Amino acid sequence: MSYRASVGSQGYRFADLREVLARASPARSGDALAGIAAQSAAERMAARLVLADLPLRRFLDAALIPYEIDEVTRLIVDSHDAAAFAPVAALTVGEFREWLLDEATGEAKLAALAPGITPEMAAAVSKLMRNQDLIAVARKCRVVTAFRDTIGLPGRLAVRLQPNHPTDDASGIAASMLDGLMYGVGDAVIGINPASDSLPALASLWRMLDELIGRFAIPTQSCVLTHVSSQIRAIEAGLPVDLVFQSIAGTEAANAGFGINLALLREAREAALSLKRGTVGDNVMYFETGQGSALSANAHHGVDQQTCEARAYAVARHFKPLLVNTVVGFIGPEYLYDGKQIIRAGLEDHFCGKLLGLPMGCDICYTNHAEADQDDIDNLLVLLGTAGVNFIMGVPGGDDIMLNYQSTSFHDQLFVRQALGLQRAPEFAAWLASMGLIDGAGHLLPASPDHRLLADLRRRLS
Amino acid sequence: MSRPDPWQSLATLTAARIALGRAGNSLPTAAVLSFDVAHALARDAVHQVLDVDGLVARWREMGGAEPLVVHSQAIDRHTYLQRPDLGRCLDEASAAMLLAQHLPDAPDVAIVIADGLSATAVHENALPLLDALLPLLDGLRIAPPVIARQGRVALGDEVGAVLGARLVLVILGERPGLSSPDSLGAYLTFAPKIGRLDAERNCLSNIRPAGLTPAAASVKLAWLIRAALARQLTGIGLKDDSETPALSPVLKAER
Repeated sequence: MSYRASVGSQGYRFADLREVLARASPARSGDALAGIAAQSAAERMAARLVLADLPLRRFLDAALIPYEIDEVTRLIVDSHDAAAFAPVAALTVGEFREWLLDEATGEAKLAALAPGITPEMAAAVSKLMRNQDLIAVARKCRVVTAFRDTIGLPGRLAVRLQPNHPTDDASGIAASMLDGLMYGVGDAVIGINPASDSLPALASLWRMLDELIGRFAIPTQSCVLTHVSSQIRAIEAGLPVDLVFQSIAGTEAANAGFGINLALLREAREAALSLKRGTVGDNVMYFETGQGSALSANAHHGVDQQTCEARAYAVARHFKPLLVNTVVGFIGPEYLYDGKQIIRAGLEDHFCGKLLGLPMGCDICYTNHAEADQDDIDNLLVLLGTAGVNFIMGVPGGDDIMLNYQSTSFHDQLFVRQALGLQRAPEFAAWLASMGLIDGAGHLLPASPDHRLLADLRRRLS
Repeated sequence: MSRPDPWQSLATLTAARIALGRAGNSLPTAAVLSFDVAHALARDAVHQVLDVDGLVARWREMGGAEPLVVHSQAIDRHTYLQRPDLGRCLDEASAAMLLAQHLPDAPDVAIVIADGLSATAVHENALPLLDALLPLLDGLRIAPPVIARQGRVALGDEVGAVLGARLVLVILGERPGLSSPDSLGAYLTFAPKIGRLDAERNCLSNIRPAGLTPAAASVKLAWLIRAALARQLTGIGLKDDSETPALSPVLKAER
């Protein structure tokens, strides 16, 4: 069937559902690169008019990527919860937007709805929403997960401590970790992106993190962000693996480009669960995503990058992760050209993820070849803080010297906590208070030159 | 007015921006300015126009064969940044010019010098790298170098194929980091032809005085070039034999 609408005196026709979604998407360079973006502002609005009148059910009848050739589609279709979908089953996409914004739709209703929503439905309705809508609905969603601390509680924001070093130098990493802890950072995870992919080098990173967390009884979890197969090998080798990380995408072919499939993720999760290292919960997975990953692997099947991204959340959802991180500005200007596109994408991803029931965080970031700067980071940080994002990154000075991009800093998280009144994960906040690093209100205390953490590190270095 | 962090001595352990101190919850002014200076240099590196005339003049002084100058289909930087596909193809005039070259013998190695994402890196490090590398390639037939404007790595596939080279070496500016606006990448592709995958290449990255020095990079590159020609491959197969971590195959999306 085809889809038609008129804008002004011009009529527009769209061949299929994929085309409607792609043309309706807010402008971004990745969809233009794929040749699927609207050719004019009027065409974009025609697609949105079509989309607004589409029954939500249509997305259950017409798979964007065929069931037979894509295991992500099969996962989405086979795991759909018709009973959860029932409250909105009779709505159009436009009516669904209004239902989401309605005062009568609160946290409990949204949580119950999540298993009934497919990624395509979430992406579709987001395309009819302004930034304020994406914030207003996302902040009504609550997704709480736990491992050694509890992440996603109301009024709280967690931060990943990201102490990367270009040669995985142990003392360089230790210095950045110390810096982060002294700034009250690390409740989401202490996660290192290693430069090396050799198991002996990775093993020393896992041990180093485990020793630090153990020595000071820090209520947090560690992660070494290497390929999932290496993490399975590490678990088999008896290494202290807390969270299993993997980059994921929204199509089977794009995941193949990452060297993964659903079976491998299942194996990894079971391996991590078998270690029983969580103390207050057993969410053991950490996923990263980002718009454009499917297109960059030439595996997008003509589906727009935002919808592909939402499909990645169906993959994530299946494995009950502790953290899902959309790395929004890392991929570069051929997918998200400037600060405006990055900000919009960050809000879309956070909204879609939360609607689908995921513990969404965001790596609010940019590269030096994108048209963006620190002001764009500040803007998205305040917007996502307001939207109730579960966690953000903490990079010393905002400058990741290993991955060569800019993200949120230890100082940035202090700012947004103060501006929006956001506290840390409760177990981690209690630990910081016990270490004399924050006061009862969560404010950073002046650090003493002979603080335990500092003295311990100096002793180890000497 | 700002509060220093009492662990400043640790800052010698890493180039990361640690122990910055704070002004309220924000950064001291000096730290803000230092960050913004680094960003300004990186931004300018991305947008700086490749000084082709200067490169050609310096190349002649080094006594090299007359270079060939080409342009990709990305007409300007704005297009280049948004359309990587165009940066991988020669424009019509360049393709015709290269086709009209009649090299006496098929070269073993074609060399492409492209602006990539940092003309600064090319200006500062490309010729020192070649100056160190070429003597190490003694005995191999080297095509006249091709200087490419608005070029990406895969542009070398077309250049190498048109010149009939057994292997192409592409030297280009990498995506500049805040602390490395001058970082050069070098990519090797055996049997270049349009459509080669990134997994079929080998890459040396972070070539700059403060990283992998041009002299050190040239030794690694010369080893790789001879190994690739002998084994008739580049990519993952070449990595397995090398044991040198810096010689990693290109697995991520092209920068």
